[in-house]
Amino acid sequence: MSVPALISPRRLAWSRRGRALRVAWTDLRRTRTGIAGLLVLALFALIAIFAPLIANEEALSAVNAVDNPRYAAPSEFPPIGTDNLGRPVWDQIVFGARISLLVGLAATAIAMVIGTLVGVCAGFFGGWVDAVLGRLSEWFLVIPFIPLAIVLAAILGPSLRNIIFVIGITSWSVTALVIRSQVLTLKQRLYVERSRALGASGAHVMARHILPGVMPLVLANTTLTVPIAILSETTLAFLGLGDPQQISWGSMLDDAFAAGALSAEAWWYYVPPGVCVVLVVLSFSLVGRALETILDPRLRDRRR
Amino acid sequence: MSARFVVGKVLGAAATLAFVVVFNFFLFRIVSGDPVATLFRGRNLTDAQRDRLTQEFGLDGSIWEQFFRYLEQTVQLNFGRSYTTNQPVVGEIWEAAPATIALVGVSAILAMALGLVAGVVSAWHRGTWKDTSLTSGSMVTWSMPDFWLGMLLLTWLAVGLGLFPTGGISDPGAGGGFSGLLDQVHHMALPALTLTLAYFGEYALVMRSSLLDTMREDYLVLARAKGLRDVEVRNRHAVRNALLPSVTLIAINFGFVLSGAIAVETVFSWPGLGLLTYDSIRGPDLPMLQGLFLFFSASVILFNLAAELVYPVLDPRVRR
Repeated sequence: MSVPALISPRRLAWSRRGRALRVAWTDLRRTRTGIAGLLVLALFALIAIFAPLIANEEALSAVNAVDNPRYAAPSEFPPIGTDNLGRPVWDQIVFGARISLLVGLAATAIAMVIGTLVGVCAGFFGGWVDAVLGRLSEWFLVIPFIPLAIVLAAILGPSLRNIIFVIGITSWSVTALVIRSQVLTLKQRLYVERSRALGASGAHVMARHILPGVMPLVLANTTLTVPIAILSETTLAFLGLGDPQQISWGSMLDDAFAAGALSAEAWWYYVPPGVCVVLVVLSFSLVGRALETILDPRLRDRRR
Repeated sequence: MSARFVVGKVLGAAATLAFVVVFNFFLFRIVSGDPVATLFRGRNLTDAQRDRLTQEFGLDGSIWEQFFRYLEQTVQLNFGRSYTTNQPVVGEIWEAAPATIALVGVSAILAMALGLVAGVVSAWHRGTWKDTSLTSGSMVTWSMPDFWLGMLLLTWLAVGLGLFPTGGISDPGAGGGFSGLLDQVHHMALPALTLTLAYFGEYALVMRSSLLDTMREDYLVLARAKGLRDVEVRNRHAVRNALLPSVTLIAINFGFVLSGAIAVETVFSWPGLGLLTYDSIRGPDLPMLQGLFLFFSASVILFNLAAELVYPVLDPRVRR
């Protein structure tokens, strides 16, 4: 008679999570759009990480560009041409990727931490905590985001840190509401009840059962929040609220517009940054929608 | 719809508005230490100037005194004077609002009509080339920064082909009457096209998924079994029920799109609230920005309220 090998509950939980992750990965690989999005994102991540290898940071400052032709077309100044100061557009795109992705990811990280905390607390504690936090999330949901971000950024002053903070603090509410409703259903699960009956503390239940339960949802929401954060950065930078010391895709569009690239018909200056934004935003939303579909099979029928 | 329901919703909206007003007060005071010094960083101020600015910002006296003075002024719709023009903020907003409302109204209605039709077509022909191209088109326009789309259209249709004016709301030489109106429509065409394309994607996607949900309902099978033609099943049974989520989204979005036009108005130098916001950022003209923030928030809250009140009229199932 064979005795089943003794596994600690923790090992068991981790092996289960590992299996769930592998299943999700297999599902994701089957969605063509999701995998296409992942590939594009990987490409941009590589560009951002290896920026110093494929572009020249020195070329970003106007002082080093005085000898270059101004508004040179791609044919005259490969690969993409130059801007109104003679700076190569290619180097700006490559280093701009760093700032745009950094702002998008960091702001999303802030939003996810706030959203998860608010959502878990509201759903878990219920009662007046839920009433207050729920109201707060709804308030942040109806306050128009761009004007709020503009006022905040104008008061705090333009800097990279502030723009990340402003976008993060204004984009957590959807996540909080989604997480809250997930926590409400998790709370009713039998294993949570069992754990409670065995005398587990609230903190234990929250850390061991609730948080791991909402993590997949947090992941899906992350991939859906990053594109919005990147679009917000682009808009805020275009309105002149970005860090003046840093080049991002949004600030390139601001510079191009202010320098009159539109009437100069220097399309190589203002088309590439926009294309990059569209590619990254689209890829993130494709991956996010694919993840959402995997997590919520009810959506499957609707999406395909 | 019971009176209690209406009163509840109105009170909820009033509470949200009150929160925004209070929030606006503290927004100005989260600047660490001395807001006057922070806002005029690097500039030398004499003591007299500093005192005057402190008073102008309403920063003298205890925080409670400041708060009640602020409330009093807000109720009187007094948001102070603009730093740049020294005119009352309310007057400037009032003057710029019609241009924005006209532009956004036209674009939102067009986007809604196009989006709903596109959503119906792609859901009804799910999986075909029509669906694939409409859905991917919607996702691509959704992913575009709206002002960048405006820049592309501007350079292509206005600078390149010369079909439209490059900006503004009217030509200085344009006469009044019908020709003047025609001139304004000509000026509005490009910014309106930009906003229509930018908003249309979301409506199309929502309408599509809502119709796909409806298409699984039993009453559609029944309608078909009765021998109704495909068009009748679609228009009389499916679309009518699927419209509800889209209608809510549209009503809520009406408030948001007002502020969504900020960057697009800037591109086309359309003299509305967006351009006013853009010009105020350069200062920064804080009283103006705060007034605009309150205005935009109030409009979202009002449209939200309207959506909540209209919803039970449209959908008897949620009527209480």
